[in-house]
Amino acid sequence: MIDFTLTEEQEMFRKAAQEFAETQVAPKVPEMEETGKVSLELVKAMAEAEMMALTIPEEYGGLGLGYTARLIALEEISKVSVAAGMMLQVFALGIEPILKYGTDAQKKKFLPGLATGERLASTAVTEATGGSDPTGIRSTYKKDGEDYILNGRKCFITNAHIADTITVLAKDDENPKAFSTFIMEKGMDGFKATHEENKVGMRGCNTGELAYENCRVPKENLVGVEGKGLGVALAAIGDVGRGGMVGCALGLQAACLDVSVKFANERILYGKPISRLQTIQNKLADMKIDLEAGRLLGYRAASMQDKGERSSNEFAVAKYFSTEAAQRAAKMASDIHGGYGCMEEYAVSRYMRDSFVLGPSAGTSDIMKVIIARWTLS
Amino acid sequence: MFKIVVCVKAVPDPKEACNIKIDPVTKTLMRCDVPMVLNPLDKYALEAALQFKEQFDAHISVLSMGPPEAGNIVKECLALGADQGFLLSDRAFAGADAFATAYTLAKGIEKIGPFDVVFCGMASSDGSTEWVGPEIATFLKIPVVTRITEIVEYNGQWWTVKAELENGYRLVRVQIPAVFTVTRALNTPRRLSFSGIIKARKKEITQWGIQQLGVSEASVGLKGSPSIVSTIATMDSRRKVEILEGKREEKAEQLVQRLANAGVL
Repeated sequence: MIDFTLTEEQEMFRKAAQEFAETQVAPKVPEMEETGKVSLELVKAMAEAEMMALTIPEEYGGLGLGYTARLIALEEISKVSVAAGMMLQVFALGIEPILKYGTDAQKKKFLPGLATGERLASTAVTEATGGSDPTGIRSTYKKDGEDYILNGRKCFITNAHIADTITVLAKDDENPKAFSTFIMEKGMDGFKATHEENKVGMRGCNTGELAYENCRVPKENLVGVEGKGLGVALAAIGDVGRGGMVGCALGLQAACLDVSVKFANERILYGKPISRLQTIQNKLADMKIDLEAGRLLGYRAASMQDKGERSSNEFAVAKYFSTEAAQRAAKMASDIHGGYGCMEEYAVSRYMRDSFVLGPSAGTSDIMKVIIARWTLS
Repeated sequence: MFKIVVCVKAVPDPKEACNIKIDPVTKTLMRCDVPMVLNPLDKYALEAALQFKEQFDAHISVLSMGPPEAGNIVKECLALGADQGFLLSDRAFAGADAFATAYTLAKGIEKIGPFDVVFCGMASSDGSTEWVGPEIATFLKIPVVTRITEIVEYNGQWWTVKAELENGYRLVRVQIPAVFTVTRALNTPRRLSFSGIIKARKKEITQWGIQQLGVSEASVGLKGSPSIVSTIATMDSRRKVEILEGKREEKAEQLVQRLANAGVL
């Protein structure tokens, strides 16, 4: 029989993440919502709680706990703040290309600092020409002696203004079919974070633009084989990017259900709690079914990833399902709360705004369906 | 090396208090419906031991009595930094009152070996008798200081601790080995860490039953309990809602008056 239960140790990881979220993340949420800015205190707390070290092997200063543990942590943190979950998920997304395709020298140079949170990571693929079609990017690189010269702009990049180490996808200046991925570092001449977005949801998670003009990148910063960079970027997004969004979505689903149950048990209508009304029960049941199904899909994919199996298709299914389900959950939670659901004092209004940012991140639902259909037809 | 024993208990999660039900026949808590967690005050007891260990060479043993599932909370204590875990688990231990629990724990402490200090939470969140700590001390024939809020000085065999009283506090100089029951004012317990959980993989939990402890069935569990719960009832607490009428100032005046009448102000 298939064992669907988490191990005793994984349950403890959940507890550790839960305690962190309740004590360190929750107090920062009002400020993040108000200002829309990253809480650097929260980033520091995440680092101290070893959140950035989860997927990095012990030999490079990490914990080597893998992707199920990461999903657990993301779910629990996102239950309290999807913005904090998103920030954390993209740290891992930035780390993954180095982890998977980096040379030993690159791993030794970058991973220990990324594990401790001394340096923060991100990855940059999307451009104004689109993120769903990475071949349409306009950023270019050209060889110049031993170095590469990069030019271009990236947009909608999570952690753009706080990241120190960013894996960037660019196109060969002379060969439009060749792409390469480079590690770019804060402080490189000609490389800077520019416009900062003001998002409707996930406020307090930084999103912005990156610009690089005649930026010289040493050959030591090329990740993987020159010309094969599309695979490097997409592999990271396929597994870690989608997997991370599943964690964010599951956390939001769980939060929506929790507040809805609490409100439905406390709100009295017709002389009884509204949780006794069948129409409310129907919504709670739908939310519960979606959460259970989302967890089965997400944790199955993470378990495959931990075994070293290809899991990007399974994560596409989980990402599609759980982010759509999170939007449904936020709508139902808002409906259950009635007029209160429209008030900023109630978390459901934030859940509603956050849910809409989950969709496009790491690939829209429509793109997930393209991937799933391709998998089905293959 | 300094030897510390921390006694811990698995209790129904206080966050799920509204779901806790009482068995009308046995008058005991129906634990199956509610997840079991580490008794909140025991975290402060463990933290006291961990803070001592950060300053001095010490070994921390965690001891609990409960069903095999209580091993989870012992494991959690190991992840928080304790060195070794002991679980007293046997069907014969079931139904123990505070006296039988303290007797069994005292036997466990003796079996663990020589010790310098025993830390306990002041009370458990489910029983709340505050008896177990003092009774352990009685069985071990050593001093006890209850409700400690501060460890003022560790001075060799003599410790000075501050303990709360209803209307103040007392400073107690006590010779160890001794039992201390701790309050929330003593420290701020640390959180579980991922690396702590990984380190706990290599730490052992030893399980002992009635045979290993060398105690008779008559002295433990329900049979060894001199007290019985004759009746138990749930408190029905209901909110009363009253809407105050009038201008803002008038309503404020009425509110203050009502709070004063209710004894809140």
